[in-house]
Amino acid sequence: MNIKNVSFTTISFIYLSFFLLTTLVCIAFGSVSYPIADVLATLGEGLQGKADLSSQLSAIILMVRVPRVLCVGLVGACLATSGAAMQGPLKNPLADGSTLGVSSGATLGAVFAIALGLQVPGFPLASTIFFAVLSAFLSLVFILTLAYQLDRSLATHTIILIGIIFGIFVQSLVSLLLVFANEKVKDIVFWTMGSLSGTNYTHVAILAVTLLLFGSLLLSNARELDAFAIGEDDARHIGVDVKKTRLTVLIASSALVGVCVAIGGSIGFVGLVVPHMMRIIVGPNHNRLLPSTIVFGSCFLMLSDLVARIIVRPIELPVGVVTSLIGSVVFVFIFYRGRKTS
Amino acid sequence: MIYAENVGVSYGDFRALRDLSFHVQKGQWLMVIGPNGAGKSTVVKAISQGVAYSGKIFYGGQDLATLNPKDIAKDIAILSQNRYVNYDFKVEDIVALGRYAHGKGLFPRLTEDDRAMIDRALDMTGMGQLRHKTILTLSGGEVQRCFLSRVFAQDPKLLILDEPTNHLDLLYQKQLFELIQDWLTEDRAVISVVHDLFLARAYGTHGLLLGEGKGVATGSIEEILEPDCVNPVYRMDVHQWMQSLLRCWQ
Repeated sequence: MNIKNVSFTTISFIYLSFFLLTTLVCIAFGSVSYPIADVLATLGEGLQGKADLSSQLSAIILMVRVPRVLCVGLVGACLATSGAAMQGPLKNPLADGSTLGVSSGATLGAVFAIALGLQVPGFPLASTIFFAVLSAFLSLVFILTLAYQLDRSLATHTIILIGIIFGIFVQSLVSLLLVFANEKVKDIVFWTMGSLSGTNYTHVAILAVTLLLFGSLLLSNARELDAFAIGEDDARHIGVDVKKTRLTVLIASSALVGVCVAIGGSIGFVGLVVPHMMRIIVGPNHNRLLPSTIVFGSCFLMLSDLVARIIVRPIELPVGVVTSLIGSVVFVFIFYRGRKTS
Repeated sequence: MIYAENVGVSYGDFRALRDLSFHVQKGQWLMVIGPNGAGKSTVVKAISQGVAYSGKIFYGGQDLATLNPKDIAKDIAILSQNRYVNYDFKVEDIVALGRYAHGKGLFPRLTEDDRAMIDRALDMTGMGQLRHKTILTLSGGEVQRCFLSRVFAQDPKLLILDEPTNHLDLLYQKQLFELIQDWLTEDRAVISVVHDLFLARAYGTHGLLLGEGKGVATGSIEEILEPDCVNPVYRMDVHQWMQSLLRCWQ
């Protein structure tokens, strides 16, 4: 498939159709499946505010499936976009939003909250998310401060190195917490495998605002990202403010990943595989690549979540297990194909 | 046009440049020459603001360090030596990046003027036919011409070339230097870092001779290639060797 030369309007139409179809299928199918027509009618009633939530169909579709599918889609979009944005500046095809160590930081905060049973007054249900976001933010500040102390130019390799070392350090702290939190091990392990069951409209709103804010920020840096993908020196030579762009991209990508990890746990491979797939289809230009990864990142994770929900019904697999299984196979295929072509 | 005053650059304890001063006027082609490790590429890095330096570099009377990167790129374009492009960008996409500094707004789009400038740059380097090819399928010479097109698309007043013909065969060297000679008019200037003193003498109007991070001589290209200047820096009889090389072709 090659849609590198297709017009923007046609591409938008294809994307929208694919996204709507995937969303509809993922809402209709699950542990209990419903006919598409009934789902559409229920969604219509919901949008008009006429839904009867006492009926099983309306309750499941509007209160369980829709928020979950939307959350999954938004998390997929955020993870894939941050991966696409990070691979350019870091000049590393294996980079994704978690390379900087921020997702490890978010994991530490969440595991800390689960292990010690920490509660935030006024937000009893959202304490894990709160601590994960806080820890992700503090990790980012810590990594960038340390990188700046070592290297005033904030060179990419310094940031990657500190990010990776920080990630390993945090993993050891998580393991330490697991040793001392015997009775919470199951909760912690399930959370670290990544799952979006039990998400609600508040999560949808948080994720939507995050994507709108930081996704737009990355989109507005599409040409700078192209320049970075060619080379940092070349980017400077054409007039890109290299330091400012690098900081903007790192902070936006880390924020996207931090919020996703806080809400859905660690979900691997989305940020790695989707951008690579999209580069093959739409090319490396970020003004096309980023919108494509937003759409297909969301579809990829929604379909993975559908598989996680139905493959061993009634047991539900953590979605992170499914994305890693599918993602690793797809990544090997892409790598093999790339090597064969070159 | 550009004036450097007591520029110094250090990499840790190593002083790559010390108290370097030079200037370039409109219409001049300044050849920066010197042996390996003399600090030639560091001069380019300092002008492009890619390295921290002491002293001042003025462009058009303004301190370069106080200008924003876009304003610098509107007037100064740099063609560097080696590059490794990972992703399969099309030639015209890379050339279009040369218009980055001229873009306006949060989501800038290419204007008609931009497109005309890109077409002209591709024509100048003979890359028009290859504009839809991806960079990964080009030869070394074609890649360098692609980036030269990007530099022309910037529509600069000052062109800086850092060993532009490294690893290129003779035909590309000739084409590249002739192209730049045609491009150089009386309101433009060129600075190029070169190893090949034949090229320096043939195309340069002025020269800057560097040795161990210091400016040894600056002036017309003929002056700085005098034996008194070059022989001590290169620690050999440069003229005798050049002439013996030429004799092989007679």
